[in-house]
Amino acid sequence: MSEPVRTSRTLPQPVAPPVRPNLRLVHCAGPEDDPRAAAHPDALTVALVGQPNVGKSTVFNMLTGLNQHVGNWPGKTVELKTGVFEVEATTVKLVDLPGTYSLTANSEEERIARDFLIGERPDVAITVVNAAALERSLYLVAELLALDVPLVIGLNMSDVAEQHGIHVEAHVLQAALGIPVIPLVATRNEGIRELVAAAYRLALQPAAFRPNRPAIRAEHQPILDQVVVLLDGCACQRYPASWAALKLLEGDEEVTREIQGSTPPALWEEIHGILLKHEDAYLDIAGGRYEWIGRMVRAAVTSPRAGAITHTDRIDRVATHPVLGLLLLLGIFGLAFGLTYAIATPLSEWLSGVVLTGLIALADAVLGTAPAWPSGLVIDGVIGGVGTVLIFLPILAVFFAVLGILEDVGYLARGAYIMDRFMHLMGLHGKSFLPLFLGFGCNVPAVMGARILEERRARMLTILLAPLVPCTARLAVLAFLAPAFFGSSAAAATIGLVALNLGILAVTGIAVNKMAFKGEQTAFIMELPLYHIPNLRTVGLYVWNNTASFLRKAGTLILLASAVVWILSNVPGGNVETSILAAVGRALAPVGELMGLSDWRIIVALLSSFFAKENTIATLGVLFGAPEAGSALATQVAAILTPGARLAFLAVAMLFIPCVATVATIKQETASWKWTAASIGLLLIISLGAGVVIYQLARVFGM
Amino acid sequence: MIDASQPASSTSQVADLPSGAEATVCALTGGHDFCGRIANLGFTLGAPLRVRQNYGRGPVVVALRGTLVALGRAEARRILVAPRGAT
Repeated sequence: MSEPVRTSRTLPQPVAPPVRPNLRLVHCAGPEDDPRAAAHPDALTVALVGQPNVGKSTVFNMLTGLNQHVGNWPGKTVELKTGVFEVEATTVKLVDLPGTYSLTANSEEERIARDFLIGERPDVAITVVNAAALERSLYLVAELLALDVPLVIGLNMSDVAEQHGIHVEAHVLQAALGIPVIPLVATRNEGIRELVAAAYRLALQPAAFRPNRPAIRAEHQPILDQVVVLLDGCACQRYPASWAALKLLEGDEEVTREIQGSTPPALWEEIHGILLKHEDAYLDIAGGRYEWIGRMVRAAVTSPRAGAITHTDRIDRVATHPVLGLLLLLGIFGLAFGLTYAIATPLSEWLSGVVLTGLIALADAVLGTAPAWPSGLVIDGVIGGVGTVLIFLPILAVFFAVLGILEDVGYLARGAYIMDRFMHLMGLHGKSFLPLFLGFGCNVPAVMGARILEERRARMLTILLAPLVPCTARLAVLAFLAPAFFGSSAAAATIGLVALNLGILAVTGIAVNKMAFKGEQTAFIMELPLYHIPNLRTVGLYVWNNTASFLRKAGTLILLASAVVWILSNVPGGNVETSILAAVGRALAPVGELMGLSDWRIIVALLSSFFAKENTIATLGVLFGAPEAGSALATQVAAILTPGARLAFLAVAMLFIPCVATVATIKQETASWKWTAASIGLLLIISLGAGVVIYQLARVFGM
Repeated sequence: MIDASQPASSTSQVADLPSGAEATVCALTGGHDFCGRIANLGFTLGAPLRVRQNYGRGPVVVALRGTLVALGRAEARRILVAPRGAT
């Protein structure tokens, strides 16, 4: 993990008069009561906590904007977002904890969130709750109150709640909970400044935090007390005793394991005996928390009359209908790609036109007197690589914009719901559809997206299948070559090849599930968020974070690969025909022969796609001596292949082993070389097999 | 399995309820992991819910505590409910 961005920026000036942190409160308590209550601390750490679908990331984006850093938690595969902003000359480090429904160790996210709150002890935690689902959102608050961190609540999505006939009185809720409750409409940047001011006040004055804490049900209180006393006697764990006792009663696996390992056996026997007698206490504890929440919200919430029809209901009549919903999903799918290429293609052409011409002119000016080889390396190698990146960048950006909007609106979860039935055939469920869909943009986020799956088995299978989703890079290769390869049947061939990919994905999924996992099924539990208007800033930052990470990869791998291919194709002797690359290509020609791909340049182009899929075109450009990658290149390539071989070539290109960035991500996410090797081997067999079958079949049919 | 507070005859599985049916959670069956996750989401004993969508096959959607939760068919079979008003 690298250091978070250290630059800072002040908050935008609000429309309403600014709420000044009330510093008089500090003086009332007297700084001697709390050393942290000094007037202006230099730096504060604030944790941002919340359940999924409460608008937490919007709050984070509003506060930090581009001053955010996305990385991973040390040693974990969970995303860590940190950001910096300033309030009252104090630098605030905001740590966005993963969205979790509770703080029981059901998942890595929940473990990380609670370990941070307990271990790092942020000065204050801002928790965002959804006014439209207040009871459920407050469940996390009930859990947070068991920890010793001062809390401020941001009551978000009041606008969505009002649309659903739900009205929440923030000050009534604040009075009941004894916690500052700040009404927000994060998407319109309303209330954010007040939220920060409240958090700041609380950070200066932590002793003022006297919330109404949920109590465990009366019948369990003596048991809890007993465990607390036993734990207190040993003081041997990093958790506060009262919290650890509660989690033991809840049957939390991690806490149980840790306490068992750190207490003397005799003491553990005693604790374990108590726990065994109350194995079902966890349901009562959850029930008790909801009862407490019920009491807290009773006076503050006006609910709609029963059976009111909402926007969400109306949209879902189509969106989650088994037949209409599937048609809608296919329509949205088509629209997403239509839009991506309609917007991105002219952008790509413009970008590569303007930038490439400029770069080549610049290189000519600088290298005008240099020998032939450095200018060849720069112009044909490096600048050729830049061209590929530029063609591809708008496609990726537009695709992620469409995806970001679908996600922010709340539609993607419906897609997952609709696909659940089909995913079951592969022993997966609807949630796996989300990372796989991401794969159409780029396989790297798809592999990383598999993190949302709770079970290791489902995660592994999804990671294995993700590279079979044709990413924009491969689709760009397809779109570039298909017109010259197939003329008027280009569209049919393109659709056929994408369908072949998805068909192979389905068959592979079914087969692997049957063989490796013996057809186990996993639990499908997923929240469907209420629909709401997308937030431009959230979508914008989503696009930015994804394209920026692509650019980092492109800036290194693609340019490097492009340069390496150029060098290998010019060494020794400065002639492609006698180069190292040609020798490798010719050595593999017998394999290519089976697929009608005996020309070594074609084989080398396939091999170079390992560095990045879009390299296929760049390499063909270098080897065919046409760095501009225009349609002339596609025609040149088409000329040396029979129609059957063209189809085989594209099928292999679409199914070939994952690019090096994807392979690295697979290794990182699975933490297993075996899985990584299995993934590469599987795709190698599938792609070569498909190429041979297609070419040989085509020959039978005389193509 | 947690003891149902209702007589067995009046309970049914969420998966068996038609769209629009209203009911109250009276028992959860299955492992600790599943029951714990689902209880955290608000499926606690006595919690009122409404089946928002059930087409007889595939997953179901349940409205509960102001949120919509999609459940796989197998998961919907593990949540036992009593019809609302029967209590």
